[in-house]
Amino acid sequence: MGCIEQMKYEVLLKNTSFKECREYVTKNFKEVYQVKPGYRMFDVYLIGVPPISIGVDGDEVIFPYTKPCYGTFLLRIRSEEEIELLRKGKGL
Amino acid sequence: MSNALFLLGCPESPVQTAIALYLANGLKRDSIDVTVAGTRSAIALLKVSDPEGNYVRKTVDLDSCIENLAEKKVDFDLCFVFVRNDAGISYLSTLSSISDAKLFAIVFGSDADALASMIDFECERIVYKTSHNPVPLKKRIDRVMKWDA
Repeated sequence: MGCIEQMKYEVLLKNTSFKECREYVTKNFKEVYQVKPGYRMFDVYLIGVPPISIGVDGDEVIFPYTKPCYGTFLLRIRSEEEIELLRKGKGL
Repeated sequence: MSNALFLLGCPESPVQTAIALYLANGLKRDSIDVTVAGTRSAIALLKVSDPEGNYVRKTVDLDSCIENLAEKKVDFDLCFVFVRNDAGISYLSTLSSISDAKLFAIVFGSDADALASMIDFECERIVYKTSHNPVPLKKRIDRVMKWDA
């Protein structure tokens, strides 16, 4: 999962739980998509308890990123391509 | 049944490596081929403990393993997910979604009971609140795998 870590990203929540990330996304963003675990975003396959909530805010996506030793991070990354895929319904 | 995947979590608790080696030994005895996926540190702990590969021969990077399962390039008959934190539950749920393997959750650590209560899908639960002593967890594994007969 090296690619995401080399991208420009903002950490909205860190070392948190999957549930807290889901709640944050659904409470704070109007445009929210639900995907299954294993949904590919950038070069990673999302880890989580279904449904995984992904927020869209302008041209940025907000999604959970899980590391075995550090818990789940909620990241914000600019990507019009990923937003387009979400809006097309891929992975829902 | 011929193969099994172990999905290791954070190796902070010494119980994980001990149980993984014990379980691999038992499955090997049952002629089940074992592949272990984990972080670099988790795999290194196994390899240092089992330098000649007597128990574990095949290891794979955790992210590559998830990718191959999600892309349906590989699957297993059995999958044992080691869970000692919230991330472990996320990995367990993910395996439940992307794999057809018979799923086993090995839940341990100080939050074992709370973590086990978060499992709301079908899988075999092997749960004990321990971080250092693997024996109680070993006994539960023996019972589930019918190795105590």
